[in-house]
Amino acid sequence: MAESFPEIRASVRRLCAEFPGAYWQALDRDRIYPTEFVETLTREGFLSVLIPEAYGGAGLGLGAAAAILEEIHRSGCNGGACHAQMYTMGTLLRYGSEVQKQAFLPKIASGALRLQAFGVTEPTSGTDTTRLRTFARREGDRYIVNGQKIWISRAEHSDLMVLLVRTTAREDAAKPSDGMSVLIVDMKEAVGRGLTVRPIRTMLNHATTELFFDDLEVPAENLIGVEGQGFRYILEGMNAERILIAAECIGDGRFFIDRAGAYAKDREVFGRPIGANQGVQFPIARAYVQVSAAALMVDHAAALFEAGEPCGTEANMAKMAASEASWFAADMCVQTHGGFGFAEAFDIERKFRETRLYQVAPISTNLILSHVATHVLGLPKSF
Amino acid sequence: MKVLVPVKRVLDYNLKVKVKSDQSGVDLSNLKMAMNPFCEIAVEEAVRLKEKGVVTEIVAVSIGPEQAQETIRTALAMGADRGILVKVDGDVEPLAVAKILKGIVEAESPQLVILGKQAIDDDANQTGQMLAALLGWPQGTFAFKIDVASDKVTVTREVDGGLQTVALNLPAIVTTDLRLNEPRYASLPNIMKAKKKPIDVKAAADYGVDTAPRLKVLKVTEPPKRQGGVKVKTVAELVDKLKNEAGVL
Repeated sequence: MAESFPEIRASVRRLCAEFPGAYWQALDRDRIYPTEFVETLTREGFLSVLIPEAYGGAGLGLGAAAAILEEIHRSGCNGGACHAQMYTMGTLLRYGSEVQKQAFLPKIASGALRLQAFGVTEPTSGTDTTRLRTFARREGDRYIVNGQKIWISRAEHSDLMVLLVRTTAREDAAKPSDGMSVLIVDMKEAVGRGLTVRPIRTMLNHATTELFFDDLEVPAENLIGVEGQGFRYILEGMNAERILIAAECIGDGRFFIDRAGAYAKDREVFGRPIGANQGVQFPIARAYVQVSAAALMVDHAAALFEAGEPCGTEANMAKMAASEASWFAADMCVQTHGGFGFAEAFDIERKFRETRLYQVAPISTNLILSHVATHVLGLPKSF
Repeated sequence: MKVLVPVKRVLDYNLKVKVKSDQSGVDLSNLKMAMNPFCEIAVEEAVRLKEKGVVTEIVAVSIGPEQAQETIRTALAMGADRGILVKVDGDVEPLAVAKILKGIVEAESPQLVILGKQAIDDDANQTGQMLAALLGWPQGTFAFKIDVASDKVTVTREVDGGLQTVALNLPAIVTTDLRLNEPRYASLPNIMKAKKKPIDVKAAADYGVDTAPRLKVLKVTEPPKRQGGVKVKTVAELVDKLKNEAGVL
């Protein structure tokens, strides 16, 4: 089957070739943000792919964004440092006022403003989002925010953050999903004036943080849409995020298959290429089958999203299938490479660590299974 | 100044070429095609000349099947202004290509035609030279460096012994070598803009050219498989092998 967006993929591949393994290895060693890579993607317009042309973007659909991220990951690069710049603006685009859109979107499209932090998860609520406790109290023309968030990626590398807060306590709301609101936080204004950002070191080079809000003032004009309706606003963004993360998994999977296939053809032991052994070649073939199947699910979910159809189930299933396919491929690739799979210079161990994340974030496999079991198959609820 | 840049659609250079089992040619079915790398260098050079303010319009031309439009779009995304597709199915030999290009040059009156020195499919390395002969224009082939000043173009050429610099009166033909520049990749906004740039579709007959092949391909075969080498211990042994085994001395 012909690949989608061949001209965009070709450009992304060329761009990524300028950021080879050695670039990522050095950053990984010191846990440094890939500023140059992100600036190049921004300058060449790839991160504003989803922003309408009227606001300075390319105005393409989710399938194009998926193609870009897949190619980044297939090239051995990682989009995690900046993929949220593509889709976090979706909440603003769909539910923001025209004044807000005019104020922010053109600058997000040009890269002058980075909107790639999305503050939802909290230490005490996890995926049980309606139990989040960060609270914004309205006082005149401002909100006063208090609370705590965790696993907020790129907060140190973002000018704006989309923040989900409670504006009505859960027990006072008509239903649990009511009473939450979305605020846009200007990070430069906020840090040191009620917002503290603390980086968390993790297994991979992923700029994630925890946030502490202590009487942070946010202008009331930064409220998106209607107060209390915020939960609904962010759900659609989560579907986009899951589909795009799934595309990154497909890219990772293809990276592992490319590398394992090339190595198995080339590496000779006992006088013949190791790939001549079925014990080596079958796992590569199996990984290819699994990644190909998951890729079809990702395409399907992206097509539904683009058509404006409900796609929560499909986005979840695609993310789960793709993250498991990329993980199988990662494990296969290490095994194919033997000792070299562990050597930093081969990039396999780095990609192995990176792709493990996707069975946990942005939503864990068990919660997807629970969704499918109860919402799709009608099994009794477990919680 | 207007520049014409012919671009050819060829098998992606990353892919391995497979010969058809009946030896009639190369198997291209279902394989990824891309712009010939030397043509990319030609487009890049034209775009750089435009960025310098020397060139005002770049016209990208491709001669080939409907899908060659994609190759033209690539050139448009890199910075060419408009395209011309001369639709021809099947093989077009260098002489027919040169004749069609001559027709386009007469219709478009560019001051400069920049072509890749050869296409990586058949490596003919003939089209630029033939076009220069048909037009009676000066040619600077295998360009390593190009300078355009008013009515002249100075071309530094890669030749066997090193570099040779020639000055040509415009209008002229230049063919590009590998080290002339490093072609850019297209930015997303430029890919989007390229979709809106015009491409005229023509036929070979519009230029009065018959593209029927003049050459008959007898057979296409894979190059012989490379054999493992041997290490020699002494110079005497090497000379002996060259004389008696390889038969080259």
